[in-house]
Amino acid sequence: MAKSLLFPEFKIERDAERCISCQVCVRQCANEVHSYDPEDDTVYSAEEHCVGCQRCVTLCPTGALEIRKREIGFRPNANWDVASIRNLYKQAETGGVLLTGMGCDKPYPIYWDHLLLNASQVTNPSIDPLREPIEIRTFLGKKEPFLEVAWSEEFAGLKTRLAPQLELSIPVLFSAMSYGSISYNAFRSLVEAAKEIGTFCNSGEGGLHPGFYPLGDWIIVQVASGRFGVTPEYLEVAAAVEIKIGQGAKPGIGGHLPGEKVSPEISRTRRIPVGSDAISPAPHHDIYSIEDLERLVFALKEATRYEKPISVKIAAVHNVAAIASGAVRAGADIVAIDGIRGGTGAAPQVIRDNVGIPIELALAQVDERLRKEGIRHRASIVIAGGIRSSSDVVKAIALGADAVYIGTSALLALGCHLCQKCYTGKCNWGIATQDPYLTKRLNPQMGKRRLVNLLRAWSLEIKEILGGMGINAIESLRGNREQLRAVGLTKEEAQVLGVKMAGEGW
Amino acid sequence: MREKVRIPSGCAVAGILHQDGRRVSGEVIIRSMEVMHERSNGLGGGFAGYGIYPQFAELYAFHVLYDDLSARSEVEELLQKDFTIEQEESIPIWENSTITDHPFFFRYFLYPKRTRDNEEDVVVRLVMTINAMIEGAYVVSSGKNMGVFKGVGYPEDIGRFFRIEEYEGYCWIAHGRFPTNSVGWWGGAHPFNLLQFSVVHNGELSSYGVNRRYLENFGYLCTLQTDTEVIAYLVDLLLRRHRVDPSFLGAILAGPFWSQIEEMNEPQKSFYRALRITYGGALLNGPFSIIVGFEGGMFGLVDRIKLRPMVAGWSGDTFYLASEESAIRAIAPSLDVVKALHAGEVMIGRLKEGICHGQEFAFPRV
Amino acid sequence: MVKRIRIHEEYCIGCRLCEIICMVKHSASGKIIKAFRKESERPLPRVRVEEEGYTSFALQCRHCDEAPCVENCLTGAMHRDEATGVVLCDEDLCVGCWMCVMSCPFGVVERKEKGKTTVSKCDVCAGKEEIPPCVKNCPNEALTYE
Repeated sequence: MAKSLLFPEFKIERDAERCISCQVCVRQCANEVHSYDPEDDTVYSAEEHCVGCQRCVTLCPTGALEIRKREIGFRPNANWDVASIRNLYKQAETGGVLLTGMGCDKPYPIYWDHLLLNASQVTNPSIDPLREPIEIRTFLGKKEPFLEVAWSEEFAGLKTRLAPQLELSIPVLFSAMSYGSISYNAFRSLVEAAKEIGTFCNSGEGGLHPGFYPLGDWIIVQVASGRFGVTPEYLEVAAAVEIKIGQGAKPGIGGHLPGEKVSPEISRTRRIPVGSDAISPAPHHDIYSIEDLERLVFALKEATRYEKPISVKIAAVHNVAAIASGAVRAGADIVAIDGIRGGTGAAPQVIRDNVGIPIELALAQVDERLRKEGIRHRASIVIAGGIRSSSDVVKAIALGADAVYIGTSALLALGCHLCQKCYTGKCNWGIATQDPYLTKRLNPQMGKRRLVNLLRAWSLEIKEILGGMGINAIESLRGNREQLRAVGLTKEEAQVLGVKMAGEGW
Repeated sequence: MREKVRIPSGCAVAGILHQDGRRVSGEVIIRSMEVMHERSNGLGGGFAGYGIYPQFAELYAFHVLYDDLSARSEVEELLQKDFTIEQEESIPIWENSTITDHPFFFRYFLYPKRTRDNEEDVVVRLVMTINAMIEGAYVVSSGKNMGVFKGVGYPEDIGRFFRIEEYEGYCWIAHGRFPTNSVGWWGGAHPFNLLQFSVVHNGELSSYGVNRRYLENFGYLCTLQTDTEVIAYLVDLLLRRHRVDPSFLGAILAGPFWSQIEEMNEPQKSFYRALRITYGGALLNGPFSIIVGFEGGMFGLVDRIKLRPMVAGWSGDTFYLASEESAIRAIAPSLDVVKALHAGEVMIGRLKEGICHGQEFAFPRV
Repeated sequence: MVKRIRIHEEYCIGCRLCEIICMVKHSASGKIIKAFRKESERPLPRVRVEEEGYTSFALQCRHCDEAPCVENCLTGAMHRDEATGVVLCDEDLCVGCWMCVMSCPFGVVERKEKGKTTVSKCDVCAGKEEIPPCVKNCPNEALTYE
């Protein structure tokens, strides 16, 4: 094998004045970039292995390390950017599909950043969240169009039985991330934070470790194409069940957990032999059409005695509005839509970066379509894929979402530095790994605390924004596109989003 | 001429209901509104009178405003598709009024051509169609034995312009508006009406976008881009179509806070929980006090945290509502009871009945 | 209740930052780069990370309720501070017999740097810190002070 044409992606600058050869960096790098030479009491770095996760930089006690993207002196070429050249070299060397992790990092428009929020002035007093209640409690599930009430019997006269609902104290849930793609400690952080905050986390398609059964009231379990870990008990302990049709990072693609990652604990959870590859097929092989989906939805409803909402998760693709409408008509109580910026533990880069559409446009169209068909109340819409802040949450709800899933944001709270190497299993932050030496690095008590802090901060900010609009209940924001205005968008984009341009009044 | 913009406004509202069914001249409500002159700015005023057409009590009375008389034949053609026009006339106005720049007003008394499952739905569709499709025509009111008179001007001037002192009704509601940007269109004034329901509204709805989309689900088209319109349609949806008891309307339009629901006992708790989960899209947010007139009664409602004023008063069999107590005192100097409405409170008066207090959810203000 | 440094080996990541910080804290200058690069006499860390396989933990004097080092000290140099419950060595009294080193069941009492006839052990930073720096600087809360 000849020398690779691939140059190191990162440059490690070690300040010799500052380095005390304490070797913290050496011990922290799972990629074995740093090594200590006792002969000259010096730490050396092998840059070609560096993934830019910044673990060593963060832990270095003297601030001696700096890792930057290497500037490569290719002749400037508007057609051939460095990333394309690198990818080409890599494929020429390996002959394989390029893998990556996390969400699409291409500079497609981020519509959240082109939407501005409203506030009250004079004619309508803003509300001070420190003095007045502002409610962000959210219910997910099918809503009745109206209630049958025998009014003469007063409160006892309610005849309609409500469909099962998930009650959230904040309209934010943790996205599907399986035990397998993330560590036990990472999942534990998520579920314990969900419990403390009063929201839900999602098991992903990896089954549910028995250790989490007692926390099932805060877990949405997934039924995906591989059916890993799906047992009567799995459905029984969960708060809701989600049928995973697609994922924003890899629409149309299945999943693959390499056999090396299938440890005894993962094997127990997924119910597959230790060391065997866990391959989720691209489609569900019992769902080749919308009526097949309906059959599975109702099979799961039967299995859970109609006591739990059934969610259907789809990727945001071109015809998403019609697909979502089909899912609602097939009986879904919740439709989860994952946009092109949605994350993944592993996906072919070519798929992640090129397939699907931005979630903002998908959401606007789905909400519009369901309203036009008069079936919007029959399912809640939960969106995923690129929610970064409380303002993104507010804008999503104003566009028509009932709640949002956060995956990447939650992982960032746990320490993720977005190096996109989840698929290697060598996550230096102890998140996307099963290596016991690395998984220890995520203390679930700290993880939980950081997640709870994040959602608490967001809920305070959401209340500030709502108060400013003069709105004291989140249901008065849901689908309230009057509170949104577009900047820097074309007329067509604003039209697809269903919002007016900034400067236009009511 | 029709402004396709939503006008946020501050306003004066008032209402009188004679529960014994006694019919009185509209002069009374004009005098009540005159006191609150400063709450309006001359850009809109209007009245709704109930019981004013006893000779046509069983017919739908359509008040139609024409910016342009050329729309008239188109409207009448539409009306005659499903209805027979029993009588057709222009609405009398006071020729000596200072108000000179005004559209044309006609009223039609209609009865349905054939019995249908639900003739009210036919009326609603007809109103929506005329308002949305026919340029230059606008249905001001469409109820039985009632009518709305409204326009651009101070309320007392509008009242005299329409000579409402010549009508006698058992219930009158009125509105004077203070829009924050100018409006030159008579249809944009209050009350807003659909069938028997007329709404006058002081306030602005931050939830307008939600309420409008919610109503679209049920086939209501909000063509006027005013927040008051959605209140009228919500009242129609809830009271007529979903048959909600009016005393619970506040629990939907200005529902209790979750913290209050949590403190309730069963089955009350489940009941309010179900109302809030089901009717989230009907929740009105933002400051408002509204008076709704309907066949046989009238009620007042204020928002969840009482951001706009509303006072109720009783004197014998007469029930009063107004933005200010002075407006009630002007026509009824001695009252048996005077009460300011609490946040989210509904106060209802009905013909031949005692005053019914709605469910009350006063949230203690800090 | 006397506060103790507690060890959570399931979260020790073996980075040894506690050792480094402890050394700096007990150095002459107290400045990390100077202590390592300029000071000829570097103090010993009083906390040691023990490692085997995937298990690691930071161990320092447990300040035992029944402390063999105190019981076996010939001169009374090793003593317990009544107020804080911390086991300390009075260097003026210490004669360097190393009985404490031999009797410590945890091996956390060591001879001081070369040329000194006294011992090095955790003094919980002499009570000067509200939270000991080894605890405060642990990136994964594998050490807590409670």
